[in-house]
Amino acid sequence: MMTQGDNIANDILFEWLLRRGDTALILGHRVSEWCGHSPALEEDIALANIALDLIGQSRLWLGYAGEVEDRGRGENELAYLRDTWDFRNILLAEQPNGDFGTTLMRQFLIDVWQDALLEALKTSADERIAEIAVKAGKEVAYHLDRSSDLVIRLGDGTPESHWRMQDALDTLWPYVGEMFAADAVDEAMAAAGLAPDPKMLKPGWEHTVAAVFKQATLTQPQSDFAHKGGLTGRHSEHLGHLLSEMQFLQRAYPGATW
Amino acid sequence: MYAQMVTTDANRVRDISEMSDEERVFQERIDRGEKIEPTDWMPEGYRKTLIRQIGQHAHSEIVGQLPEGNWITRAPTLERKAILLAKVQDEAGHGLYLYCAAETLGVTRDELIELLHAGKMKYSSIFNYPTLTWADIGAVGWLVDGAAIMNQVPLQRTSFGPYSRAMVRICKEESFHQRQGFDIMMKMANGTPAQHRMAQDALNRFWYPSLMMFGPSDKDSVHSAQSMSWKIKINTNDELRQKFVDQTVPQAEFLGLTVPDDHLKWNEEKDGYDFSEPDWSEFFEVLKGNGPCNKERLDARIKAWDDGAWVRDGLMAHADKRAAARTAAE
Repeated sequence: MMTQGDNIANDILFEWLLRRGDTALILGHRVSEWCGHSPALEEDIALANIALDLIGQSRLWLGYAGEVEDRGRGENELAYLRDTWDFRNILLAEQPNGDFGTTLMRQFLIDVWQDALLEALKTSADERIAEIAVKAGKEVAYHLDRSSDLVIRLGDGTPESHWRMQDALDTLWPYVGEMFAADAVDEAMAAAGLAPDPKMLKPGWEHTVAAVFKQATLTQPQSDFAHKGGLTGRHSEHLGHLLSEMQFLQRAYPGATW
Repeated sequence: MYAQMVTTDANRVRDISEMSDEERVFQERIDRGEKIEPTDWMPEGYRKTLIRQIGQHAHSEIVGQLPEGNWITRAPTLERKAILLAKVQDEAGHGLYLYCAAETLGVTRDELIELLHAGKMKYSSIFNYPTLTWADIGAVGWLVDGAAIMNQVPLQRTSFGPYSRAMVRICKEESFHQRQGFDIMMKMANGTPAQHRMAQDALNRFWYPSLMMFGPSDKDSVHSAQSMSWKIKINTNDELRQKFVDQTVPQAEFLGLTVPDDHLKWNEEKDGYDFSEPDWSEFFEVLKGNGPCNKERLDARIKAWDDGAWVRDGLMAHADKRAAARTAAE
């Protein structure tokens, strides 16, 4: 085991940590928008719990990112005082909630990926990354149990629940490819033994989603087209609105402590 | 108090000599401090009153998610966001225990929710007030949860077993919420001038609505007397309101905030504060549906329920398919 920066440039590690932290933060924010508005009380509880886990994970990743960067920024400076072009979350995470089916499908597609990614990160050569992966991995395993079960039940429910789930899948499918697109940051992390190459996660991911979609009677879209840009700071229009809400107090009252 | 003005169907409390044998045995069990369990015999009025009270309490927890949920996406730090999410999640959990407690009395959760949506059941008046600044999240924890705890701590000793056990769990979490609310108020009151102003403004707006949470003076209320003889209400509204004021005024002083009551004065003789009554005409208007947020709150709940119908139907349909497949396989 090694500690930060032994085998990799800090700016690369920082960039990679932002991808983890921002994806958890933005997805957690989206999920938290459901609070009090979900289809059943049990879902209000589950969605709040998932949002809470994701916000907790983002604090661990961003806290570590701030230490690696070593410019005095902590989790809050990183979450609240960056503009959209400095955010590194995948585009799928920032997509609007839509109906419950869209939120659920977005969660499922990301859960399968996160579950595999965190499993691989448990053996990262970086102790902090491995520790965070162990904690987050337990949470995401539960998220995946829930989301895969609900996708099956609603996909194979009523005709309406079926078409809504299929519609959600078709709408979100073009954002899937970005999860497996590797760039120089990922390659450097993989070469240093700190993280898996994202491309390596794809076969397992495909296997899991195909099995779930079969049970859910859903048809996997054939297109390979993938929207990209989140990991380099080119986001959809949605992120700016999300951040203007999330960052309001920190921006309107600079320097205050809360 | 999350249940206000719960009616009992009784015009007056009957003397033990006027009761049937069953009622007398029941009342004597309550007087001995025994718990009544769902399978035990109970008077119809007791059952109906409890359904109203527990249902109103459950609805309050659910509607109560909305004013606080209003700030989850704008919480000023990630830690505050996590704490608020955990709190709102607890409230949904409280709603769930309470609906379960009500179900032991022979009413379903869906029936209670339909009554809420039809305007035939109430939730606490306090949740019809808006949360306008971040300090309101502090004030809700400090004052609203503080007032709720005042009522719910004695209800841990209430006569109906499932309600009493739900209260034990709920009270533990509510105390934690109140401390978190006070912690927000401390940060705000001792923060920048703008933050202090938000804190004072939150106290100004939430003080009287918090006093209303205990319900109107009940010295003439036959419903209170009946509920107290059944031990589903332990203290009078006025006793609890006095206790709340006595506890809260020193906390406001500690925060450096001013309670918005010119008549607030320590009364040595009664060993408590003299204070102004809230504007009860406002309270009755809010109960009638004319509070600042009544329409938004109920509309939000109805929309969530209606929009979620396809999800609930889909889950039921899938369960039926699985059951049919199992039967076919046997």
